[in-house]
Amino acid sequence: MMIPLLNIPTQALFGQLLLGLINGAFYALLSLGLAVIFGMLNIVNFAHGALYMVGAFVAYFLLNIAGLGYWWALILAPIIVGAFGIFIERSMLQWLAGLDHLYGLLLTFGLALVIQGVFQAEFGSSGLPYSIPPALQGGQNLGFMYLPKYRGWVVIFSLFVCIATWYLIEKTKLGAYLRAATENPQLVRAFGVNVPLMITLTYGFGVALAALAGVLAAPINQVRPLMGAEFIIVVFAVVVIGGMGSIMGSVVTGFMLGVIEGLTKVFYPEASNTVVFVIMAIVLLIKPAGLFGRTA
Amino acid sequence: MLDTASRPFLEVAGLESWYGESHILHGVDFNVRRGEVVTLLGRNGAGKTTTLKSIMGMVGKRKGSVRFEGTETIGLSSDKIARLGVALCPEERGIFSSLNVQENLMLPPQVKPGGLPVEQIFELFPNLKERLSSQGTKLSGGEQQMLAIGRILRTGATLLMLDEPTEGLAPVIIEQIGHTIGRLKAQGFTILLVEQNFRFASTVADRYYVMEHGKIIDSFANSELAANMDKLHEYLGV
Repeated sequence: MMIPLLNIPTQALFGQLLLGLINGAFYALLSLGLAVIFGMLNIVNFAHGALYMVGAFVAYFLLNIAGLGYWWALILAPIIVGAFGIFIERSMLQWLAGLDHLYGLLLTFGLALVIQGVFQAEFGSSGLPYSIPPALQGGQNLGFMYLPKYRGWVVIFSLFVCIATWYLIEKTKLGAYLRAATENPQLVRAFGVNVPLMITLTYGFGVALAALAGVLAAPINQVRPLMGAEFIIVVFAVVVIGGMGSIMGSVVTGFMLGVIEGLTKVFYPEASNTVVFVIMAIVLLIKPAGLFGRTA
Repeated sequence: MLDTASRPFLEVAGLESWYGESHILHGVDFNVRRGEVVTLLGRNGAGKTTTLKSIMGMVGKRKGSVRFEGTETIGLSSDKIARLGVALCPEERGIFSSLNVQENLMLPPQVKPGGLPVEQIFELFPNLKERLSSQGTKLSGGEQQMLAIGRILRTGATLLMLDEPTEGLAPVIIEQIGHTIGRLKAQGFTILLVEQNFRFASTVADRYYVMEHGKIIDSFANSELAANMDKLHEYLGV
């Protein structure tokens, strides 16, 4: 079947659309974590990509050392990497509170290099295989396209996690504490809320989201030490487009840009690697605070 | 032996505090007894707000002693001090723009049993009830002040510190806030008030302390206000 107007096979169009949605799901999960962390800690977490990679490696280790498969990894990897994030916050990031953004950026960038360096030294640069769990193998012919089950699962599950996170922050009491502490941490603390603990847990949570994305990516992209480094640049562009610190903004922008990237691959493949950055430049010119950002 | 009514509820002695390198309080001494309304008077920059923030543990560095119900709080973080039953309504009101009125009102956690039920807060400030789903900072100045006071009444805190609650408000609202403070006092709350407007303060306060250059320089009871009027005018430059 072809779309007559543009002479493009529907299989290719929808295939790229799905790929775009999957990339969008990863962009959304990662930029969501970055937004949550930025809102609360005022830190641009450059270690995010490295921690996403660690999430995938933890899934690999759980399988190959402990014999625990994908579903266990989906639960345990975010907890383990989140705990590592808590250690990072307590031992390093907490001392940067109140300082310029630049310090947090440099520290987390350095951390990313160290973490990636350690994994590269140990595992080289090639990918380690991680297979799709049996329940999600195979696919479905939808008539207009073939939908691999695992990819459908990634999109739906990511969307669920994003909405759950949005709900947690915008609609619950805990979320109200988080939003209030983003505005005026000193006053929230003077109401009797343990704000430093909340900050630590927020970092742990944001990092856990990155690890979750890492586990989801493992069967698609293989497990590689540099899988996060390549990805995170685009994710930062997504965050800039969506607006730093906006929860809904990062989710919507993540999925939207994934789809735009996918469609660009169909209609003008030469631009597919740069389209996100072109959009970023345009958004920065027109709306410097980002599409959903509150302040510059 | 002191009876519980006259034993200081809050006892501040030799309190010094700093914002970064600036030394703001230079040995503040005063006390507040249970159930009293005590007002700190003084010109801008005398250290009144810093005194409240220092009691709450919100300044960089503190020295001296702040005892609340006999517990020394000088080494405690502000969340722990709040949990003892101390609450602050800050000068800038501190209404959160990302929260609606309902969320702002319900934000401070309950620190002790015995806070006012929400219905009673609405009785004091009926405007709030009608605007629960509005964004907090969309309220008028007076309504924001009501919200800022209302939200600390829920928590069970027994010492309420109100920093210039009448600043910039219309006379009719000031009257409503004065009426509220009177009712809170009657209900047994202890109130430490910072005010520039001593005409307002005189309608609610039991005692006054006057501050200058980060120190207490004078004190008198409300009954002595008339006799101290000339001195007060000089202190406050009004």
